[in-house]
Amino acid sequence: MNKPIRAVSIFCMFLFLALMANVTYVQFWRADEYNTDPKNARVAAAAFSRERGLILVGEDPIARSEPVDDRYKYLRVYPEKQLYASVTGYLQLGSQTGIERSQNEVLSGEDPRLFVNRLVDLLKGDTNQGGNVLLTLDPAAQKAAFNALRDTVGPEGEGSVVAIEPKTGRILAMVSFPSYDPNQLASHDRETREKAYDRLDSNERQPLLNRAIQTRLFPGSTFKIVTAAAAIENGEYTADSQVESGATWQAPGTTGSQNVIDNEGRSGCNPENISFATAMGQSCNTAFAKMAVKVGPEKLREQAEAFGFNSDYLQDLGPQARSVFPEEVIDTIDGVQQDPRELNDAETARSGFGQFSVQSTPLQMAMVVSAIANRGALMRPYLVDQVQTATFDVLETTEPEKLRDAISPQTAAQLTDLLVSTVDDGTASPARIDGVSVAGKTGTAQRGVEGKAPYGWFVSFAPAEDAEVAIAVMIQEAPGKQIAGGQLGGPIAKAVMEAVLNR
Amino acid sequence: MATNSALMGFVHRRRRGAELFLLILALLVGIGAYAAVGLGVEGEVPTNLIGYGGWLTLLVVAAHLAVRKVAPYADPVLLPVVAALNGLGLAIIHRLDLAKETGLASQQLTWMTLGVALFIGTLIVLPDHRLLARFTYTSGLAAIALLILPMLPVLGTEINGARIWISVGPFSFQPGEIAKMLLVITFAGYLVVHRDALALAGRRVLFLDLPRGRDLGPILMMWVVSLGILVLQRDLGSSLLFFGLFLVMLYVATERPGWLVVGGLLFFGGAAAAYRLFGHVQNRVDIWLDPFADPDGTGYQLVQALYGFAWGGLVGRGLGEGMPERVPYAESDFILAAIGEELGLTAVMAVLLLYGLVVERALRAALISRDGFGKLVATGLAAVFALQIFVVIGGVTRLIPLTGLTTPFLSYGGSSLVANWVIIAILIRISDQARRPLPDLNEAHDDPDDQATQIVKVIPG
Repeated sequence: MNKPIRAVSIFCMFLFLALMANVTYVQFWRADEYNTDPKNARVAAAAFSRERGLILVGEDPIARSEPVDDRYKYLRVYPEKQLYASVTGYLQLGSQTGIERSQNEVLSGEDPRLFVNRLVDLLKGDTNQGGNVLLTLDPAAQKAAFNALRDTVGPEGEGSVVAIEPKTGRILAMVSFPSYDPNQLASHDRETREKAYDRLDSNERQPLLNRAIQTRLFPGSTFKIVTAAAAIENGEYTADSQVESGATWQAPGTTGSQNVIDNEGRSGCNPENISFATAMGQSCNTAFAKMAVKVGPEKLREQAEAFGFNSDYLQDLGPQARSVFPEEVIDTIDGVQQDPRELNDAETARSGFGQFSVQSTPLQMAMVVSAIANRGALMRPYLVDQVQTATFDVLETTEPEKLRDAISPQTAAQLTDLLVSTVDDGTASPARIDGVSVAGKTGTAQRGVEGKAPYGWFVSFAPAEDAEVAIAVMIQEAPGKQIAGGQLGGPIAKAVMEAVLNR
Repeated sequence: MATNSALMGFVHRRRRGAELFLLILALLVGIGAYAAVGLGVEGEVPTNLIGYGGWLTLLVVAAHLAVRKVAPYADPVLLPVVAALNGLGLAIIHRLDLAKETGLASQQLTWMTLGVALFIGTLIVLPDHRLLARFTYTSGLAAIALLILPMLPVLGTEINGARIWISVGPFSFQPGEIAKMLLVITFAGYLVVHRDALALAGRRVLFLDLPRGRDLGPILMMWVVSLGILVLQRDLGSSLLFFGLFLVMLYVATERPGWLVVGGLLFFGGAAAAYRLFGHVQNRVDIWLDPFADPDGTGYQLVQALYGFAWGGLVGRGLGEGMPERVPYAESDFILAAIGEELGLTAVMAVLLLYGLVVERALRAALISRDGFGKLVATGLAAVFALQIFVVIGGVTRLIPLTGLTTPFLSYGGSSLVANWVIIAILIRISDQARRPLPDLNEAHDDPDDQATQIVKVIPG
């Protein structure tokens, strides 16, 4: 019987070889794939139990991991609570938002740039520690923006402030109100965490939303800057020109009173011809409607796109809403979609002062003024200044990147003059600062819903001749206050500009 | 006989010292793993380490002394290998206890105590494995009776969809574990007597000499009945095991490879039929083909096991550093996933090698055994062991569809552990008989009747 027994032995050997080969396949060849599977709770829990790097603003951590005595070992703490929540986001088991998400690889220590460091750590027997992320935010500007916005719109209000350093694109302040306390969402106590999330998620004022990059609204009169830029850039006017205006204007090709454009009672706009400075200073709808039609929808769109509309540019934070200047219009007649067509004159006219289908995030409007302040050069906005090791050695510093020249330096200079006079003599006067020349523009955008208060906008930069800060303020809701002109937004912008200039 | 003893001039050494040395290594594995679990999970050496280690040492030394006394020529590797596996299993179960706040390890230690007691008992009661041949039919009937037990209304208990358990008071027991050993004895006892008839008498159909019905009939009946019961109980793993066992033993007894072809065809036919007829078989196959189709539902266990294996990588996370408790039934069928996660591919390979050693040693005993019954029993036990390892570990690592079986000596489960200790006792007995020097018949004795019982009838293999 020995011959078959030997055969059985060989058969058994093959069984074991198959098992060994398969285990090697699972634990070696396929391991990376399984270990990076986002559904793999082990990966998430291990990352969650690791000492994560700091998120720094200036010298101070705005997010840090504190050792705690539970199964996850480290608790994520946000010492400034609401102030930076819309930027940092929050950390939970298996998920993150904000910078916690976009910089997760660095913070969790998985970034290859940290690898040398990790190897040393491994040899020393340390657990791998995440790297730090230094943000571009200026604590003084952020605090000024947050406090001014909160005090202005009131506890029930909604709004956002974005401040950019025009020369570099560094984001100095990014505020969304209402905000939330990320500590509650990062709690290891499931009940605390879920209760907090449910409360915030069901709140109709959407505290979890980062309005600076996620809310798109009609930019209203602040968009007149783009229309003016297109007109000057295309040689239709110079800043010293007279422009066509008028008390009312029935947009060409339209009938009916709902298509009559007026100036909401600003009588300075009534003459048939006014100076460009007056048109900007008094925010004349009729003048910019006519200007937009004269420039034409295509060139207007090209100018808007040069400023960043219809594109994504912020790489450090997501998700972001894309600001829109309509490329085409698709009509629906009797429920049938028609072929796309170009904007007609009435639509172009309304786009010229930031209505119709033009929509912008606060960050986008900040970029528009930032490009003008930077002699026409549009810089990529960024939030991450440095990536550091856990011991604060710098691994990478973000180099400012020019996206494109949105306008020529000459156009920029002329627009700056127009905007400075708007602050000095026009509607944007609440942003005036003694001894500093400020350029600014107000905006009041109709929601297109009867009986609802409009959105308030304010954009500005200072000092006008060599700007250090460009700002967009957006006020979505300010219950009990009159949202018009620069009355609400102007002082907020002023507070932030002063915070930056007084550094 | 004179030529025979000259031929067998080579005499196996006892090697009991080697066994003791290997047992010390095995104890180091078991106790070391237990201490490492305490250090890894709770940051301190378990307080009962001395008591635990002492008890484990006591069991192992008792087994060793028993072998030394009653089976001095036994294979020196078998006992240390299973001691190491059992010790490692205890440590892993203890590790899972700490994560799940259960107390299975101490129960398992109790079962191990019973297992070692039965191991010693078997060696003492059974001075010669051929005594077992007397119980050919008894054990066959006992096996079938045991298999039927779980289907009885009061005794039987259904756990996780398979009705393969019986409960007596607080104890639950899987009779199938004992039955597989009894069936090996039955098959071996029957086949060793009828092998010539099975191989030679009968008609030739195609490439196969079909034996006469009266020769094959009884054993075929026994096999069909036991297999049928298992199919009814939806115990896929055991069905596969018994089928393969019978095939291997028939092949070895008759030396007719044609049986393997017939068996292989039957297997694929049966598997295809089972896939069509039974929903639970289809489920298993579907999960095997794509466990990630429903990673939180039907595929959860396998997906978590695969994640665990991958998470362990080459050297593992370290005891206490992984999350083996995420895998349902990590302490029983899926214990290898826990080992893979915390001790890595290295330990899984080591475990597979240990199992491979058990099979190799059993087959070696079969090769050198001087009697056909011993050969068949050893081969049968080796085959059962190898197939069980393949079915359960292959299932857990997604080599083949998952069918529920325990991992011998590692998994939590009293019946399996006790049965496997008895199996090892029988293998040790066979190897002891095989390695024992032949009695010198040339020497004159005062009373030849005294010697008569020691004369070993040599059945050329």
